[in-house]
Amino acid sequence: MKLSVWTYEGPPHVGAMRVVTGMKNTHLVLHAPQGDTYADLLFTMIERRDHRPPVTFTTFQARDLGSDTASLFKDACLEAYERFKPEALLVSASCTAELIQDDPGGLAEALGLPVPVVALELPSYQRKENFGADETFFQLVRTLAKPMDRTDAPSCNILGPTGLGFRHRDDVVEVKRLLADLGATVNTVAPLGASPADIASMGRAHFNVLLYPETGEAAARWMEKNLGQPFTRTMPIGVGATRAFIDEVNGLTGVIAAADDSHLRMPWWSQSVDSNYLTGKRVFIFGDGSHALAAARVAKDEMGFDVCGIGCFNREMARPVRAAASELGLTALITDDYLEVEEAISEAQPEMILGTQMERHIGKRLGIPCAVVSAPVHVQDFPARYSPQMGFEGANVLFDTWVHPLVMGLEEHLLHMFREDFEFHDAAGPSHHGHSSAPAAPATEVVEPAQIAAYGDGNAIWLADAEKELKKIPFFVRGKARRNTEKFATDHGVAEISVETLYEAKAHYAR
Amino acid sequence: MNRPVPTFEGASCADSPVLKERGQHEVFCGLTSIIWLHRKMPDAFFLVVGSRTCAHLLQSAAGVMIFAEPRFGTAILEEQDLAGMADAHDELDREVAHLLSRRPDIRRLFLVGSCPSEVIKLDLSRAAERLTKAHAPHIQVVNYSGSGIETTFTQGEDACLAAMTEVLPAGDERQLLLVGSLPDVVEDQALSLIAEMGITPVRTLPARRVEDAPAIGAGSRFALLQPFLGDTALALERRGAEMIAAPMPFGEEGTTAWLRAIADEFGVSDEVFERVTAAPRARARKAVAAKAERLQGKSVFFLPDSQLEPSLARFLSRECGMTPLEIGTPFLHRGIAGPDLAMIPSGPVLSEGQDVERQLDRVRAARPDLTVCGMGLANPLEAEGLATKWSIELIFTPVHLYEQAGDLAGLFARPLDRRARIAGLAS
Repeated sequence: MKLSVWTYEGPPHVGAMRVVTGMKNTHLVLHAPQGDTYADLLFTMIERRDHRPPVTFTTFQARDLGSDTASLFKDACLEAYERFKPEALLVSASCTAELIQDDPGGLAEALGLPVPVVALELPSYQRKENFGADETFFQLVRTLAKPMDRTDAPSCNILGPTGLGFRHRDDVVEVKRLLADLGATVNTVAPLGASPADIASMGRAHFNVLLYPETGEAAARWMEKNLGQPFTRTMPIGVGATRAFIDEVNGLTGVIAAADDSHLRMPWWSQSVDSNYLTGKRVFIFGDGSHALAAARVAKDEMGFDVCGIGCFNREMARPVRAAASELGLTALITDDYLEVEEAISEAQPEMILGTQMERHIGKRLGIPCAVVSAPVHVQDFPARYSPQMGFEGANVLFDTWVHPLVMGLEEHLLHMFREDFEFHDAAGPSHHGHSSAPAAPATEVVEPAQIAAYGDGNAIWLADAEKELKKIPFFVRGKARRNTEKFATDHGVAEISVETLYEAKAHYAR
Repeated sequence: MNRPVPTFEGASCADSPVLKERGQHEVFCGLTSIIWLHRKMPDAFFLVVGSRTCAHLLQSAAGVMIFAEPRFGTAILEEQDLAGMADAHDELDREVAHLLSRRPDIRRLFLVGSCPSEVIKLDLSRAAERLTKAHAPHIQVVNYSGSGIETTFTQGEDACLAAMTEVLPAGDERQLLLVGSLPDVVEDQALSLIAEMGITPVRTLPARRVEDAPAIGAGSRFALLQPFLGDTALALERRGAEMIAAPMPFGEEGTTAWLRAIADEFGVSDEVFERVTAAPRARARKAVAAKAERLQGKSVFFLPDSQLEPSLARFLSRECGMTPLEIGTPFLHRGIAGPDLAMIPSGPVLSEGQDVERQLDRVRAARPDLTVCGMGLANPLEAEGLATKWSIELIFTPVHLYEQAGDLAGLFARPLDRRARIAGLAS
């Protein structure tokens, strides 16, 4: 038993729903109580889908438990088949139905439906949403895909995008463009937008593009082994990774082609002088494993940030994330406990967070700007505009979305210059990002030379001159300066913080 | 007594047959009510004993996670709890001890049963007894079920309040008890109207703080603020309290009838009643009229959600000029919904339970001007060209009593208003 307040991933059957909701002509019958139907709203509200997910819930009740939940399940399967006439039917149980052990697979098999029936084993008490999606897609592929003649021209399948995926809609468009430039025809994109018939014809492709390891890797590995299709390893997020992806695809097609990068602005935006202020910004990265790894590469090599923390919530990706962390001289944070993440961020005192919607909330509370780089998704992650993370346009998008939460470069210099002007009194604050949650003293407050004040729970007290000096530091970094100075004072047994202590601390943390 | 019970020729919905449906239900489970219950009781923590699905539901229904550590959480059952390797009770004690040590502000702990905990027959009442002893006198531990195999959506509050009723102290003092958790601002309006009529003492269930919990007994008269509190009403009656039957206080007419029933029970004179209610009644009528313009002559179809449906259908049909086509409700409590149903002329289909596919077929055939439904169905219906009002907002928004009557009409008018404003967008 483990107490959970907020979760990064839903249960595995939600992963299964993401697969079927992304697909066409497919239906899932889920043995589940009525409460589980809440999952529909994830798709209709967060993703704004204009159709209900193709999922039938048996919605058994307590009074059914004593009698016959199995026939309830069979009836639901028959009715769903009659009404929706899917090309393939998937069946599974949610957490509660798993306990009553009705064997949905066996029951559905016995109905003799004229379409493939795929039974999913989704262990609700061990695994989570990403596993559910990966396993569902894998079982579909294993059941439907067969070896067949390859297309004449080099072609590939794109694996992993699902319903309710983080920027999947636009990533697919961008990667298809890239592949077209490289002379690789796209045979099937799956699960998103695919029908069972499309999955059945996946064997025609020469290779696979694994877009999202979290939701497509099991299928990619099975297809490599059973259909002889190699798959790409690079997630094309950022300029460097996109170029590496291009090389990888060229290696698989055997044709050296270049992709059109005439719309790629990110490198110049990062090189231009206004971006100088980004140099060495300390960022904390947390998300699903593959997006966290991609973000770390972009942060370090393309934005010039310092990565001061990295982690992921999906244990399946712990190994590569740990390896990347140790290359950065860090210890990876592998946890799905939101409070642990908050603690780690608070400890690391980053200037920015690259995280999920959960970390966005953490950032709001701690007064640290945050850009969202990974699932779990939020209605904001389904923008009306085209906004991929992948490919060259994705790199442009990353630059904008990571920089916007920060105070703009030139603006920062101006703020610094004018900080003593009355218009810049502390209460005004920057308008476009969360500012320090600690209430700052009004700027007009007159500090008497003799007056000393204690702050926080540290032992050190601030001398009046130091307090006055602290006020000269721009308000958006003042909280950090205060914390650092107090920590420095405590660590060094300094009881009274003077102006000198303030600058000693500054020098100490600047090393 | 000149009760303002309006009459009409012919039969009312109180006598209509009920279409009982037993198919796929598209409703939340009772756990969802934790979202508003925990706000009503700032000294309470709601600990769901359940699965990752329960945690995910709460998170998705809450929509936002503005609290670092909310006063609700899920003790997620894991493989070893099910395989019997760990005694679930020991595990629960450990999690509760940990939780309470972190949160000294907690005075009431609700252990909330879920589908999985019910199926594995984890006895939370035993756990509540044990934990009450362990943490007495500082903390009161109460258990109830919010499981989706026992309860829908608002029935979670009913189960919670019924369980709280069991542990209320006894007392035979004559008092008025208002039952149901409304936002404080609305509850205060109710208390002030009643106080102005000279009725005293008045108490609320749930009380905002544990030390304000009312004593209950033969002198207690209670009025429900929500129609879904059938089990709570029963539990109160078992303790000797008597219910004041009335339409629910939605809209000017409903609020007046509700207050009137209370006034009658406590012998308030017509003059006093008139003096207290005249001004807010006029305000409510005016506010409703402003919003009802857009609703006049329009049809409305209720899919089952919160058990508020009969009361809302009454409000829309009588005060806003709408025609209910179907009034679907997850569970129809004739005793409680009766006064509301008696005010709706017969005609609409009255349905209980759900077979969502068949019901949607009826929606498509009827093509109502407005469909009141859950969030899973709203956008798909909008895409079919049907205007919708998502029903959860009727639970999360202050809509009771005079001062909110206009807002209540506004919630139904806004989707129609919006469609009219952006009509040019449709190609």
